[in-house]
Amino acid sequence: MIRFEHVTKTLGGRDVLSDLSFEIQKGEIFTIVGPSGTGKSVTLKHMVRLLTPTRGSVWIENTEISAADGAELDRVRERFGYLFQGGALLGWMNVADNIALPLREKTRLSESEIGARVAEALRMVGLEDDGDKLPSEISGGMQKRAGLARAIVRRPEIVLYDEPTSGLDPVTARTIDALIRRLNEDLGITSVVVTHDLQGALLSADRIAMLTGGRFVEVSEPKAFVTTEQPDVRGFLDAQFISRKGLVGMEETP
Amino acid sequence: MITREPVYSDEPSSVFVGLKRSLLLGLGEIGRAGTMTIQSLLMLPLLFGARRSRTEAVRQMFIVGIKSLALITVVGMFTGMILGLQIGLELRRFNQEVYIGSAVVVALFREMGPFMTGIILAACVGSSMAAQIGTMTVNDEIAALEIMSISPVRFLMAPRMAAMVLMTPLLSFYSCVVGMIGGGIVGLTQLNVPWDQYFATAMNFADRHDLFVGLLKALVFGIVVTGVSCYEGFTTTQGAVGVGQATRRSVITSILLILILGYIITRLFYEL
Repeated sequence: MIRFEHVTKTLGGRDVLSDLSFEIQKGEIFTIVGPSGTGKSVTLKHMVRLLTPTRGSVWIENTEISAADGAELDRVRERFGYLFQGGALLGWMNVADNIALPLREKTRLSESEIGARVAEALRMVGLEDDGDKLPSEISGGMQKRAGLARAIVRRPEIVLYDEPTSGLDPVTARTIDALIRRLNEDLGITSVVVTHDLQGALLSADRIAMLTGGRFVEVSEPKAFVTTEQPDVRGFLDAQFISRKGLVGMEETP
Repeated sequence: MITREPVYSDEPSSVFVGLKRSLLLGLGEIGRAGTMTIQSLLMLPLLFGARRSRTEAVRQMFIVGIKSLALITVVGMFTGMILGLQIGLELRRFNQEVYIGSAVVVALFREMGPFMTGIILAACVGSSMAAQIGTMTVNDEIAALEIMSISPVRFLMAPRMAAMVLMTPLLSFYSCVVGMIGGGIVGLTQLNVPWDQYFATAMNFADRHDLFVGLLKALVFGIVVTGVSCYEGFTTTQGAVGVGQATRRSVITSILLILILGYIITRLFYEL
């Protein structure tokens, strides 16, 4: 569904991504982990052409998004939902209007249908009582959940999550992880998650990729990921106190 | 695409190379700002189609028009009073102070009305536009709009452009009227020129051509302030510091363009 072909991205004279090639399957939860500044968000931004590769190409099914422009780019982007790190809600609109924005601007749904879809999205992220509040009146975690509701309200085929659980308390973080998994199972949404939170990744991902030095040094299923001997991955796992046995209850996860 | 990739460049090998690079970058910026301004003007008819866009345009008109009215009134009044006083003092030397109305009306409608309105809108409204859009840019809100396939030019810039295109000529005309009253007050209280005589000479010299050129200037200034301010906002980088720099640049560039374009329009519409 999403394919990177030999993508190199040079920023400030440094190759942030270096000849990166991989493919994400339809309906998969693909999680990218790695230290700060290794290009995880840069990888995500290439998928919606917020960034363009210096070399190589990015494909969304049969469309090369890295070369798309104008109406074609709009058409491809309409297949995406994107959760930004800070939520990226419009400050002068309340939460419900923010979530309704893509429906009002890009669909012909009636206001009653939009209201129902917004209420459903708010309920999914646990903000059913906060629709009339301005973004400045809710916490950072709630803003992130509202951003997630906006990302999924149009029922996109692909949702990109940029640090969905950073800055959240552990309980809310696990709720978000469960929501990502539920959206994937119920709606068949393909998800790409960028995170530092390995615990969440191990619980929700189908495959985890470790990005270091502009390349994936490991791409594997969670159970294989925790047992790998790859030194960068081991260092990352050890830093989060995750042993080769993985997390408590991990054996019950898919 | 509005969202731009970060631009990195090596240290120039010489002053000449640096100047050449700056010149090319500057021309590129002017081209992009001009394209964005034209796009927003072409999108104005679309605002009539959607209720939400009309509502946003009306909200922007309130911000541009009503919220600037008090300042425009004070500045217009005192501009008229200063003009009346300075011109009246000179005319009194020749016992011709009864003609201050004519001088004030010509100065206000031709130049001072649109100029003062443009400067006030650049400082108050333009800076606010640059700061608001700049903050949205650094908070990824503009990128979020683009990913939702919502054009930031149509969604954010076009309603602001509509408000400025409509309100700047109106505010300019209003400031001229207030300035005339200010000049009249000075004439009456300081130079013993009666109201009716002041306004009679003012109306004798009031010319449709001056009014047209003044309103055209105001319209151009409104477009320039919106174009510059929104462009600076959309191209903001580097967080809060960048927002401050974008706001400052928007005011400086707008004022410089108002002065330069004001001269060019005057030169085009008046024979030497």
